[in-house]
Amino acid sequence: MEESECRALDNKEVNFMAEVFKNSEVIKMTGIGKTYKMGSSEYVALKNIDLTIHKSEFVAIIGPSGAGKTTLMNIIGCLDTPTQGEYILDGINTKCSDNKLAEIRNSKIGFIFQNYNLLPRLSIIENVELPLLYMNIASREIRERALEAIRKVGLEFHIKHKPTELSGGQMQRVAIARALVTKPQILLADEPTGALDSKTGKEILQILKDLNDEGNTIVLITHDMNIASEAKRIITIKDGEIISDVPNEKFYKGVSVCS
Amino acid sequence: MAATSIWANKMRSFLTMLGIIIGISSVIVLVGIGEGTRKQVQNQIEKLGTNLITVNLTGRRNVGLSNSEIEELKTKPGIKSIAPSLQSSVNLKAGTKTYSTTLEASTPEYSEIRKINVSSGRFITKRDVENRYQVAIVGIDVANELYGTTNVVGQSMQVNGVSFTIIGVLEPQGSSMGGSGDDRIIVPLSTAQRLLKNTEIRTFYIEASSKDEVNNAKGYLELFLSKKFKNDTNSYRVFDQTSLLDTANETSKSMTMMLSGIAAISLIVGGIGIMNIMLVSVIERTREIGIRKAVGAKRRTILVQFLIESAGISCLGGIIGVLVGFLTAHGIKTLLKMPVSISGIVVVGSVTFSVVVGIIFGMYPASKASKLNPIDALRFE
Ligand SMILES: Nc1ncnc2c1ncn2[C@@H]1O[C@H](COP(=O)(O)OP(=O)(O)OP(=O)(O)O)[C@@H](O)[C@H]1O
Ligand SMILES: [Mg+2]
Repeated sequence: MEESECRALDNKEVNFMAEVFKNSEVIKMTGIGKTYKMGSSEYVALKNIDLTIHKSEFVAIIGPSGAGKTTLMNIIGCLDTPTQGEYILDGINTKCSDNKLAEIRNSKIGFIFQNYNLLPRLSIIENVELPLLYMNIASREIRERALEAIRKVGLEFHIKHKPTELSGGQMQRVAIARALVTKPQILLADEPTGALDSKTGKEILQILKDLNDEGNTIVLITHDMNIASEAKRIITIKDGEIISDVPNEKFYKGVSVCS
Repeated sequence: MAATSIWANKMRSFLTMLGIIIGISSVIVLVGIGEGTRKQVQNQIEKLGTNLITVNLTGRRNVGLSNSEIEELKTKPGIKSIAPSLQSSVNLKAGTKTYSTTLEASTPEYSEIRKINVSSGRFITKRDVENRYQVAIVGIDVANELYGTTNVVGQSMQVNGVSFTIIGVLEPQGSSMGGSGDDRIIVPLSTAQRLLKNTEIRTFYIEASSKDEVNNAKGYLELFLSKKFKNDTNSYRVFDQTSLLDTANETSKSMTMMLSGIAAISLIVGGIGIMNIMLVSVIERTREIGIRKAVGAKRRTILVQFLIESAGISCLGGIIGVLVGFLTAHGIKTLLKMPVSISGIVVVGSVTFSVVVGIIFGMYPASKASKLNPIDALRFE
C-alpha cells in the first residue's frame, strides 16, 4: 500500500469483511412498526423501520416532536414491544418472555433518561448499584463496580449524597454511571441534555463521546442539531418513518479507502 | 430495602400496624386468661385427688344408702372408703356477731377423701359421729368473720340456734369452683341430721384404692345403684375427677376457640389495613417500580420486594403486639389477680400468623406492582 496503489478486494477478503461486519451487529430491526390503540381509533407511531446498528457506533436520532423517537428508543431498549416486525438484539430475538426481557434490559442495555429517573430515597452509590442487585454477583464486587462507574463520571466525592442534593448535570452523571455499571452492549440516551444548560449539556456529551471512544455503542436522541452533529451517524425520523440515515460528514470528510 | 421504606413512612407504617398490634395483643391476653383459668381449674381438680368418685342421688323418694349398704360397698374391691355428705346453709352466731355460711356434714373419712386438713385442733372422729357431739370445724373465713381471728379452737357458737364447740380450723383452701372452701363449717354427720331434721343423704364421696381402680370402682357403683334404683338411671349420678377435668377442659377449650375467633377477625381487619396501605404505596411508588424494571428487575423481584415489605410491617406489628400483650397480661395478673398463662406456642404462633396475614394481604398489591408496564410506570407523575 506504500505505493498508494488501489487494488480490488478479492472474494475471500470480501466474505471475511462481511462476516466481521455481521458479527458486530448489535441491533438489527426489520419492518418494525408500532401502533397504539386508543379505544376504537388507532395511532401509528412507527412504521416499517429497518435499522442496523453496529458495535462502537455513535448514532444520533433526530426528528420533530411526536415523530416517534422515544417510541423507537423504548423498543430498542426492550421497555416496549413492537406490534410488527422483528428485532434482534445482540443475536437474541426479542420476541420473548417478560423475564427474558428484564434480563436483557439488565445486562445488555444502559438507559439514560432526560429526567434522570434516579430513586430519591437511595444514595448515589446505591442508585448506581441498583442494576447490579438484579444480577447474580457478590456484594463486594457490586460495590467495586459501582465505585468504578462513579469514578468514570467524576463523582467519587459524592457517593453518600442523595440525588436531590446534586445539580442536574451531576444527577445525569449518576444516571450515566448507573447505565454503565453493567457494561451493557448499548447505551441509550433519550435527550440526556434536554433538561440541562448548554455548558453542562456539553460536558455530558463529552462523557458520552469518551465512552464511545472506549468502544461503547451509543444511541442518542436529541432535538439539538449541535449535539447531533457530534455523532458519527445521524438518523432522521418523521411521522414514524426513517427519512434519512447518513454518516456524519464531519468525521468522514477526506477519508477514503484509497489514498 | 423494605426496612428503609417502612422507616421512611414511620407514622403510616405504625398506623398500618395498629390493627395487627391490637389483634395480636388481644390474642395473647385472651388466650393467656383462658389458659390460666384452665390451668387453675385443673390444679384444683387434681388437688382434690384423682381417685375421687362422687355419687349424687337425685331421685325424689327418700332412698339414701343405709349404713349396712355403705359398709357393704366399702368391702368391694377398688373402693377404699366412703364419706356420706350433707350440705345446707346455716346461720351462725357468736356473741353478738351473726353470719350465714354453708354447713357440710360428714364422717371422719371425709378428711382423707377430700384432702382436707385442719391447721389447728382436730377433725371429726368416729366418737363425734357415734355420740352426736355438737362440735364443728370452721373455715378461716368463718373464724375471721365471727371472731376476727383464726385462733378459735375451744370457742363456742350457735348453729341455727344450737350451741356447738369449735374443735378445729381448716387449712386455708383458697377459692375454687362453686365458692370458697374457707367459707364453711364441717360437723359430724349424725349431729347435722338431727339439727337439720334431715336424714336424707344425697351425696357420697368415694375414694378408689388407686387411680387405675377408679373405673372399676365406678363401674361397680353404677351396677349397684342401677340394681337399687331398678334401672332408673335418672335417680343417681356417678362421676369422677377425670370427667370433671374433661368438662372443664372442654369448656375452656371452647372459650379459647371463641376468643381466638374474635382475635382472628381483628387480625383480618388488620390485614385489610395492610392491603389498603400497600395499594396506596404501589401507586405512590409507580415510578420507582418503573425505574427498577427499566434497569432489569423481574416481575418476581418486584413481587418479593413488596411482599417482604408487607410481611415486615405485619411481623413488626406482631412483635409489638406480643410485647403489648405481655405487658397487659402482666398488668391483669397483678392488678386484677387473675390467673394468666402465656405459652411460647401462642407467641410464636401469633407472630407467624401475623406474617402470614401480611403475605396474604400483601399478595394483591404486590402482584399489581409486579405487573406494571415499565414505560407506563416511568411516565407516571
Ligand atoms: N402510550 C401511548 N399511547 C398513545 N399514543 C402514544 C403513546 N406513546 C406515544 N404516543 C404517540 O406516539 C407519537 C410518537 O411519540 P414519541 O414519544 O415517540 O415522540 P418523540 O419523537 O419522542 O417526541 P418528543 O421529541 O416530543 O419527545 C406521539 O404522537 C404520541 O402521541
Ligand atoms: Mg421523546
